[in-house]
Amino acid sequence: MLDIKHLTTGYGSHVITHEINATLMPGELTSLLGSNGVGKSTLLRTLSTFLPPLSGEIVLQGKALGSLSASELSRLIGVVLTERPDVQNMTVRDMVSMGRSPYTGFWGRLTPKDEQYVTEAMKLAGITQLEHRMINTLSDGERQKVMIAKVLSQQTPVILLDEPTAFLDFPSKIEMMRLLRRLAHEMQKIIFLSTHDVEMALRLSDRLWIMHPGEVVIGKPAELSQNGELTRFIQVDGVRFDPVLMSYRILM
Amino acid sequence: MKRSIIITLLVIAMLLLALANMLWGSLSIPVADVVQILLGGQVEAHPQWTYIILESRFPQMLTALLCGMSLSTCGLMLQTLFRNPLAGPSILGIDAGANLGVALVMLLLGGTVTLGSLSMSGYLLVIVAAVLGALCIMLLLLLLSSLLRNPVMLLITGVIISYVTGSVISLLNYSATEEGVHNFIIWGMGNFSGVSLDRLPLFCILIMLGLMAALLLVKPLDAILLGERYATNLGVNVHKTRNWLLLCTGLLTATTTAFCGPVSFLGLAVPHIARMTLRTSRHRVMLPGSMLMGGCLTLVCNLLCTMPRSGSIIPVNVLTPLIGAPVILYVILKKR
Repeated sequence: MLDIKHLTTGYGSHVITHEINATLMPGELTSLLGSNGVGKSTLLRTLSTFLPPLSGEIVLQGKALGSLSASELSRLIGVVLTERPDVQNMTVRDMVSMGRSPYTGFWGRLTPKDEQYVTEAMKLAGITQLEHRMINTLSDGERQKVMIAKVLSQQTPVILLDEPTAFLDFPSKIEMMRLLRRLAHEMQKIIFLSTHDVEMALRLSDRLWIMHPGEVVIGKPAELSQNGELTRFIQVDGVRFDPVLMSYRILM
Repeated sequence: MKRSIIITLLVIAMLLLALANMLWGSLSIPVADVVQILLGGQVEAHPQWTYIILESRFPQMLTALLCGMSLSTCGLMLQTLFRNPLAGPSILGIDAGANLGVALVMLLLGGTVTLGSLSMSGYLLVIVAAVLGALCIMLLLLLLSSLLRNPVMLLITGVIISYVTGSVISLLNYSATEEGVHNFIIWGMGNFSGVSLDRLPLFCILIMLGLMAALLLVKPLDAILLGERYATNLGVNVHKTRNWLLLCTGLLTATTTAFCGPVSFLGLAVPHIARMTLRTSRHRVMLPGSMLMGGCLTLVCNLLCTMPRSGSIIPVNVLTPLIGAPVILYVILKKR
């Protein structure tokens, strides 16, 4: 369980989100929705400990993240970023095995057990057939799956993803979200992602966080649909949200 | 071909080239005699051979070898640190920084610095000045690198840095004493034959320190390939690693520049040649691979530079751009 207590995020004196209180549950896929610039990335960066919180704390398995060392953190929280690593001459297998580095020794050599975890991670992400391909020859969707396999081999109870579907074509978006949902359910992981693909998030997430300037509304997709929160988020000029069908319609 | 086979072949090539460097020269000395002299023996009929082998050919061979190893290591580490395929000690102006450091102490301070009771002069001062100069440029580049994400922009910045240091050096030359200018020019022409037997131990120790420190950074270097955030997420202290890389490349570039003069393009080109042959980015393979290839390449350069019979030596910098320039062109065209 990841508890967020009175968390205020931002840079220096610039507050972006104020006093968030929430809990992320294992076995659930949680999606973070919000307009551009509302603070999704800042929140994700704070949860990933790339950015210190302005106040409040984040507690994972009873321990405050701020009190943990870098190596302890690397075994608890795994991230998939929007930026794609631009590495030449690295095979998929090599990239996935980078996820083992929090566990390997000084020289980073993999034990047979590490190799086994790497193989399993590639299988889970469905990229076993790409094993010996070079990263720079892959499509965006394939590359994203490699980064997911990498984070799986890191074996962290929490996985945070910043817009994992951003660069993907439509079928790959669905495939990616279904994969993440399956991983959350089957492996009892906390999976938290930000996205702009509203409909996909509605259908495939267990829980939604809708971020407005200054507040975060949290609930199951059906609840937020019923109580009008989704209508409030989606309904702009020319768009109508249908709470029963959980879908929006663009007025011509 | 398997990587272990390539590495083994490189080791063999390096040993053969080292031997060839001992045999090659204005005077032909039989292999058996060379080996005997190297093992501490004497050739009764030709006592001067001992001098040629031990005082000239051996230091020159070892200097070339270590210089190649260290410049390629620097190039690889800089390319990873800046995540830029065009990074290298000479192209980023780091050796120009070392150059400036040396110029400052030689031309402005007359070759001696006194800080309280501590007085420094001669070779030690030159090395310290070169290291400080190189570190300053590295720091400047690191500051700028967050603004200059585009590889070519960083490259242009390096060229500008070289021009600026060049003009400062000209200015220093203009106002320095005749003796200072003379000393500086002699140093600046340096080549692999510039390290005499008595200075060799210091050179070897400094380079070995740098190379060993580089090998210790294998794991964090791999993580840094993925970018700063991914590296942090894998538990790597990026800040600390960066500082170590700074120190390590600064020491290696400055030492080779201080002893051999600025050797251009090698540091940039060798890691690319190593990547093409070894087909990997993992530093566990790439670091030793680049070191061996760099060593082999400078040994070849040293052979080509030493004209047989006439005994004259062509500056190394005549050859290295011929190897480096095509590699840079290849990288730019591939990136396009």
